This record gives sequence, C-alpha cells and structure tokens, in this order.
Amino acid sequence: MELFSQWGLTLVVFLPILGAVVMAAIPRARETAVKRLGLLVSAVTFLLSVGLLFNFDYGRASEYQFEMNRSWISAINANYHVGLDGISLPLLILSTFFVLLSVIYSWNHWEEPRNPKAFLILMLILATGMNGTFVALDLVLFFIFFELVLLPMYFMIGIWGDKTVRKIPGFARETETRLYAAIKFFLFTLFGSAFMLLGFLAVYFRSDVAGDRTFDIPELIRIASDTPEVFAGRFGWLVFGAMFLGFAVKVPMWPLHTWLPDAHTAAPTVGSVLLAAIMLKLGSYGFIRIALPILPEAAHDWAPAIAVLAVIGIIYGSLACLAQTDMKRLIAFSSVGHMGFVMLGISTLTDVGINASIIGMVAHGLITGLLFFLAGSMSHRYHTREMARLGGNQKLMPILGGIFAFTAFASLGLPGLAGFWGEFMSLLGAYNPAAGLSLTLFRTAMVLGAVGTVLTAGYMLYMLQKVNLGEPKAEWEGHHFHDVDRYELAAWVPLIVLIVAVGIYPRIVFGATTDAVVDLVRGAFPSTVTAALTTVVGG
Amino acid sequence: MGFEIDYLALAPELVVVATILGVLALDLLLPRRAKFLTAIAAVLGVSLAAIPLLIMAVDGTTRSMFEGSFTVDTFALVLKGLFVVSAYLVLLMSVSYIEGERYYQGEYYFLILCSLLGSLVMASARDLIVLFIGLELTTAPLFVLAGWRKGDMKSNEASVKYYILGVLSTALLLYGMSLLYGLTGEVAFVGIRTAVADPALAAEPALGMAVLLMLVGFGFKVAAVPFHFWAPDTYEGAPTPVTAYLSVNSKAAGFVAMLIVMYQAVPGASEVWGPALWVMAAASMIVGNLSALRQTNIVRLLAYSSIAQAGFMLVPFAAAAVAGTDLSEAFSATVIYLVIFAVMNLGAFAVVIAGARKTGTGDIPGWAGLGTYDPRLGVLAAVFFFSLAGIPPLAGWFAKFVMFRSVMIAGSTATVVLAVIAAVNAVIALYYYARVIKAVWLDPVPAIAAGDREAVPSGSLRLALAIAGVLTLVVGVFPAIASVFGEASRVLAAG
Repeated sequence: MELFSQWGLTLVVFLPILGAVVMAAIPRARETAVKRLGLLVSAVTFLLSVGLLFNFDYGRASEYQFEMNRSWISAINANYHVGLDGISLPLLILSTFFVLLSVIYSWNHWEEPRNPKAFLILMLILATGMNGTFVALDLVLFFIFFELVLLPMYFMIGIWGDKTVRKIPGFARETETRLYAAIKFFLFTLFGSAFMLLGFLAVYFRSDVAGDRTFDIPELIRIASDTPEVFAGRFGWLVFGAMFLGFAVKVPMWPLHTWLPDAHTAAPTVGSVLLAAIMLKLGSYGFIRIALPILPEAAHDWAPAIAVLAVIGIIYGSLACLAQTDMKRLIAFSSVGHMGFVMLGISTLTDVGINASIIGMVAHGLITGLLFFLAGSMSHRYHTREMARLGGNQKLMPILGGIFAFTAFASLGLPGLAGFWGEFMSLLGAYNPAAGLSLTLFRTAMVLGAVGTVLTAGYMLYMLQKVNLGEPKAEWEGHHFHDVDRYELAAWVPLIVLIVAVGIYPRIVFGATTDAVVDLVRGAFPSTVTAALTTVVGG
Repeated sequence: MGFEIDYLALAPELVVVATILGVLALDLLLPRRAKFLTAIAAVLGVSLAAIPLLIMAVDGTTRSMFEGSFTVDTFALVLKGLFVVSAYLVLLMSVSYIEGERYYQGEYYFLILCSLLGSLVMASARDLIVLFIGLELTTAPLFVLAGWRKGDMKSNEASVKYYILGVLSTALLLYGMSLLYGLTGEVAFVGIRTAVADPALAAEPALGMAVLLMLVGFGFKVAAVPFHFWAPDTYEGAPTPVTAYLSVNSKAAGFVAMLIVMYQAVPGASEVWGPALWVMAAASMIVGNLSALRQTNIVRLLAYSSIAQAGFMLVPFAAAAVAGTDLSEAFSATVIYLVIFAVMNLGAFAVVIAGARKTGTGDIPGWAGLGTYDPRLGVLAAVFFFSLAGIPPLAGWFAKFVMFRSVMIAGSTATVVLAVIAAVNAVIALYYYARVIKAVWLDPVPAIAAGDREAVPSGSLRLALAIAGVLTLVVGVFPAIASVFGEASRVLAAG
C-alpha cells in the first residue's frame, strides 16, 4: 500500500507509454496480440486510477496526495513532482477511462489505412501525455506533458483523418482535409505553448525572492499568496497574457478556436473523441491549476476579457452550429459553445464558477465524447456526415438512434443529466462574480449565456430532427444497416450510465472538487468565498 | 610554467595526428580494393581520441601550456568531446557513401581528420594566433571536400563559392585581429581583456572596427544572416556527409571561436558586439526560416534550417550582452544548444543519406510514403525533424528551453522582443520540418519507385542512426545529461 501511494500515480502516467514501447516490438501482422496488449495496458491503467480514486482521502481533497517529488533537471531546479488533488482527480479518471473506452471501441472500427499497431501506439503515447498533464506539479513537467500530446494527435489526424479533397480558402490547390487540419492543429497549439513557456520562465525568474528559483507549482502558489507583490502589476499582466495564449488556444476560446472545427471534423473517430473529451480540458485545467492561483491579481484584471470572450464563444459557437451541414462539424462547434461556459465559470473567480467549470469539463467530456463516438459510427455506416442525406435514423437503427437522442438531450443541458450542472452553475457564478469585478458586465454575460443555452437547445434539436427523425431518404432504400454492435455498446453504456449518474448526483464530482476549489479561491481571491456553493450542492 | 609539455592534455590532438599519418600511409600502401581499411583506421583513431578526453574529464583539473595559449579546462573538454563525437558520427555516415563514389577514399578521411584536428586545437586556444590556426585548419580542408564529387557541376560550384567567401571571411577576421593586436599589443586573450578594460582604449573607434570585422568573419563561418549566402549552394552541392560536417562541426567551431573571443578577449566592447549579435540573431532566425519555407530540396531545407538554428544559438549571447547581464548563463545555454543541435542535425543528415537511396531523390515530394515502406526510417525521420523543431519529449525542446531561459533571465525590453521573435520563429520552423514528415508519413506511396525501396542502409550508417536516435530520445527525457555540459562550460565564463 505504501508502495502504491508512492508509485501509483507514476504508474498511471507511464504505463501507457511503456505499453507503447512493448507494442512497437510486436510484428505488425500479429494484430490480435497488438490489440490485446492495448486493451490490457489501458485497462490496467484505468484500474490503477480507480485504485487511486478509492484510496483518495476526500477529507483532505485540497491537498496533494500520492505525491512524488524527485530531482529531474537539477541545473534549473525542475523536478519530477506529481500529485493528485480534488481538482485533478476527476479529470485523471476521465482521461484513463476514455482511453480504455477508445481501445474497446477501436476493436473492430479501424479507419483507413488501418494499421492498428501504429494507431494504438499513438493512442498510448497520447494517454501518457494527457494523464501526465493532469498530475504534473512542476511547470516544466507540465509543459512537457502538455506538448507530448501534439505529435500523436498530429499523426492520428494526418494519417487516419478525413481524405475528402476540398478547396481550402487561401490554398492554391485542392487539399485533403486531413493534411490541412493536422498541420493547422499543430501550428496553433505550438504557437500558444511557445508563449506559455515564456510565461513560465518569467514566473520562474521572479520566484527567487524567497530563496531559489523554482518551477514548482505549489511553491509558486505559496509565494503568490505570501508575497502577492512579486507576481503583481504589469509583470503579472503580461505573464498572464502569455499563459492565456497557450491555454486559450487549447480550450479553445474564440477567436483562437479556428483549428478546432477542422481538427475535430477531420480526425478519425477515436481522435475526435479524445480531442473533445480530454485534450480540450488541458487548457481550462491549466487556467485553474496554474494561471489563477499563481497570478491572482492578473487573473482579476483579465477576468472581464475572459468573460467577454467566453460569452462570444457561447453565442458564436451556437450560431455557427446552426449553419452546419456536416454532423461532426456541428458537434465540433458545439464544443466551442460548451467550453465557453467552462471559461465563463472560471472568469468569475468564485468557488461556484470554478466548480461549475470543472463539472462542466467532466460533463462535456462524457457527452461530447459520446457524441463523437456516435457520429463516427454513423458515418461508418452511411459513409457520409451530411445531415441533409441522413434522416430517419431512428427507424433504420433504433438503438443507435435512441442513444443519439439521449446524448443530444444531455448536451443541451437537460436537468437531470450531466450537462445541466456546468451550464447552470456557471451562469449562477456569473450572477455573483468575485469582488471588484464589474457586476454589470458579468450579469450581462449571464443573460447572454442564458440565451446561449436556448440556442444550444435549438441546434441540438435541429441536428436531432435532421438525423434521427422523419423518414429515411430514398437513397438508403434496400440498404441493410446493422444496429450497434457489442464493442460499441461496451464503450457507450458506461458513458450513458455516468451521464445519468453525474446528472442526478453531482456530488460524484463535487465531492472531490469542492474543498480543493474553495481552498484555491480562498488562497487566491480571499474576499470571494461565498456560501452559495454549499447551498447549491448541499455540502 | 615555461614550455613543459603535458602530454595528456595534448593526447587527443596527438592521437588524431597519428591517425592522419596512418591513414596517409595506408592509402599509399593499400591496393585499391582494400582502401576501405582507411575508413576503419579513421573511425578507430577518432574513437581512441575520446579516451584521453574521458580521462581528463574524470580528473577534472585545468591544464595550461605555452604560457596559457593552450588550455584544457572543462569548457575545452566539452567542446572537444562534441567535435570528436560528431566527427565520429560523420565518419560512420561517410563510409558507404564514399565507397560508392569509388575514388580518393584515403584523401577523404585524411581531410576530415585534419579538419577535426583544427577544431580540437581551436577549442583550447586562448590567444589569437592559436585560435586563428585552429579555425583555419578546420575550414581549409572543407574547401576541397565540398568539391568532392568532381564530375558534378553543383559540387564544383559548392567548392568555389565556399572557397571564395571563406577566404574573404578569413581576410576580414585576420584584419580585425591585427587591428586588435595593434591597439593592445597583446595576442593572449587575458592580456587583451586587461587592455580593453582601459577606458581610453575602450573609447577608441578602431576597437569597434576590429570587433565588428572579427564578427563578420565569424558570421561567415557560422553562416549567420547576412553572411549566409554561400551556405545553401554549398550544402546542396557538397557530398551529404560533408554537408553534415559543415553544418555541425564547422559551424560549432565558428561559434566557439566567436564566443571565446567575444567573451574572453573583448567583453569590454560588448556595447559594440551585443547589438550586432542581436541583429544577426533576429535576422538569421527570420531569413533562415522564411527561406526554408520555400525549399523543395531536403538538403537545401536543412541548410536554411541550420541558418535559422544559428540564429537561435546567437540569441542567448545577444540577449545577455544587450541587457548587460552575467554571460555565464548565455555560455551554458549556447553550449547546450550546440551539443543537442549536433546530435539531432547529424541524425537528420543520416536520415537524408539513407532516405536518398531509398527514394532516389532529394526532393521532398519524392519522399512520399517513405514511412509506409520503411517504418523504421520513417520513425527516425520524425524523431530528428521534430526534435529540430523543438517538440518535447525529443532533445530539441531542451535546447529551445535553455535558449528561452537565458533570454528571460536578462529580462530587458530588447531581450523580451528577441524572445518573442524566437517564439514566433519556432512556430514557423515547425511548418517546414513538418512538411518533410508529412511527405514521409501522410502522403501516399508513389506508384513508380525512383529509388531502391528495398535498399538496406550500411551497418555503419545504421549505427550512426541508432546513436543519434538514442541520444535524441534520452536527452529529451533526461535533459540533466545535457545540462552537465552547460555547467562545465561555465568555467570559461568564470575565468
């Protein structure tokens, strides 16, 4: 047990990449062996993370548990420091869970040019990057994991992505969608993270007031709360701006979102799922873990701008959805809207808002992840994602159609399902933002956000109507469609169960996050801890 | 002190000299079909030269000879190690390439080893004369090597361009040095530094002139903008292993010479060379990257990329000088960058040599589908090119990281601007490195094979690929290994 609490977290992070190394040694022709290894590694990783979940001390959710702190690059005082608190716990579980589900789903869904070995290796590297980002407590380590996800995702989109040839504005020749989307995703993210790194370094050099320079996140947070003047003023404002670029591209926030519809649409099903369910959260998690607590004063200055951009994202994302004809693209734009709610929650700088953003992240992961699975399975069967050609799906494939309807309702924020809490509470948070933030601005944001929820319902129902309802189009006459298979069910049923469970009993998430969030807000924005949270979630 | 000779300190150079003579003798005595033995002799000799380096590294004392003109401290050891290892890798890459050309094998290795000898001497140089001899001995054999493929017009052009501009730069460098000597009456760096510290001399316009002339001379050697015009044509025309050597060893030699002179001899004139380096760094990054974007030939792409990389390497020094902060940080950053760049760039060139045979072309579109029919080479290509782009967890990230770190430590407006330029350029660079990988992995295999897809790289080339690949991955995950070199190189800054 002692061993597990020390090494458990490290295992969860590095087991996938170890699995990838072993997998590389298996000949490509032995497909079953490769798939079994992939399943084994992702299942063990998931079980280990569940082990962490059960060993987690919820009474001390605001502290880092299963901590490990070893010297890594001593010359610059960067350490291998990992730990798990209430904020990172749900996200880590989400990540290991989705990788497992993706492996199960992939079992008999391989997109051209197949090659399960290469695909699974990339997926496992991706898993290490995602898990690592959620547990890293050192800025350099965080940066490495944050960037580690780029290469596998680039190859996933680029090799297995959408091969439709189309004319892309600004390009002389027609290009395959996947090629354009892959490099666009890569360049946007790298652009953001280059500035994020500059921000990290700036913080590092300022941190020497209290002894050695450090990249250690808890240490930096301590410096920020003990001696607020160190990271304050113009310095803090600029550094927050640099970090903002890095995180906001990843979230993505309007107007840095343009890579997202392309990447999500072009990626293979599992790629879209992992992008939407986990990778977008790396950005918003970065705000909560790093930017807010280390630079509280600058966060306060930036909050109105973030709120405005978030609301623009909500409205713009929703309107853009209404204009889509491609089902996957519509779901992709819906992510812009949903992540807008997450960022609105963060921008309030209150415990209610930040808690809302975390449950919003979890819910968006579960729901949009499932939506992308469904969209992938549908386009697998229909060989098109054009909603104009679909229709009557409910009649052709009743079970698939039913799950699709359920998920669409969850996505539009139906009370009783997971999507509700994030939207509702972030609006609630915006009603009463942190002291010193403009009430007018945030209440306007709240009203506009509420309009956004209506629009969300609008486009989700629009999609549902186009795809599911009505009579099947004439072109599908005589086609036989097989309804969901067992691999799909195995991947989706757990998600459905969780969406309902979190919807009915949000304490599954809040139980872990609340203390940690309250502690964060108390440290960074002392004047703003409200009693509202306890009244909402009952404890 | 006197003229006592410390043979251990000279041992690496002596081993290389012995190897040079051995290779020459073998080349005379061996029949044509046995000439490949010269290659083995050269590889063995270079490996042997590493042994005294290791002994001295373990020992750790600073050895100084000839009244301080020749000093072996940890800084010199790190660089000698760098030169020896990269020469070793270049030799491994050369073996099958040169054998395929079927002429002058002995001379080829002779010339490479002479150039290596020059850079080894140069790393220990602590006065202008030794430095100049070392630097020129590094460069002069390369004039000949660039024109190695005699029947090829491009190779001839490469040689002529490199020769003419190389001689010009040598002349300018020498002019600068002579002015410096005239002003100070000293050739030893220590003496010059003391003399320049005198305010009366520091205000002398001729001093600025001397520093700038030397900077131009070094600028040619490292192919920094605006002194880079020879590089793309020379790189493209020269045999690929020679290009690899040019872009790593000779560039590193130029860098080291520049750093030693600027830091050891004329730190007092940093208000002259600081802004000049700032401009050179920014211009090299921007021009190198923007030009690389338009290249379709993979070697030319690497040529422009190495110009841009030279810009990144200049950043720490430029920033520290402009901001007037401690230069030891910049030393450490530049040396770490050099070491990592050497490994990954040599790896990239090894991939180019292996890939050119398989694809039958140096044009990037012709590399389409390489990853499909040779996944191993494809993975290595991705490792080296993305490492050059600085993507974690490949070694290149740490090079970029220490570069940014040393800029941010300076922390003035001018340096932050430079950091922003570097950050934007890191993104631009990704685009063209990714274009190579796009061809290798994302594009479909062409129906007609231009090269021999079944070709297996020679054993020595595979060894070079393996060494560079392992180092790129290991240093990426455990950068502490590379930072040891950076720490060791601070000794120069301290003294």
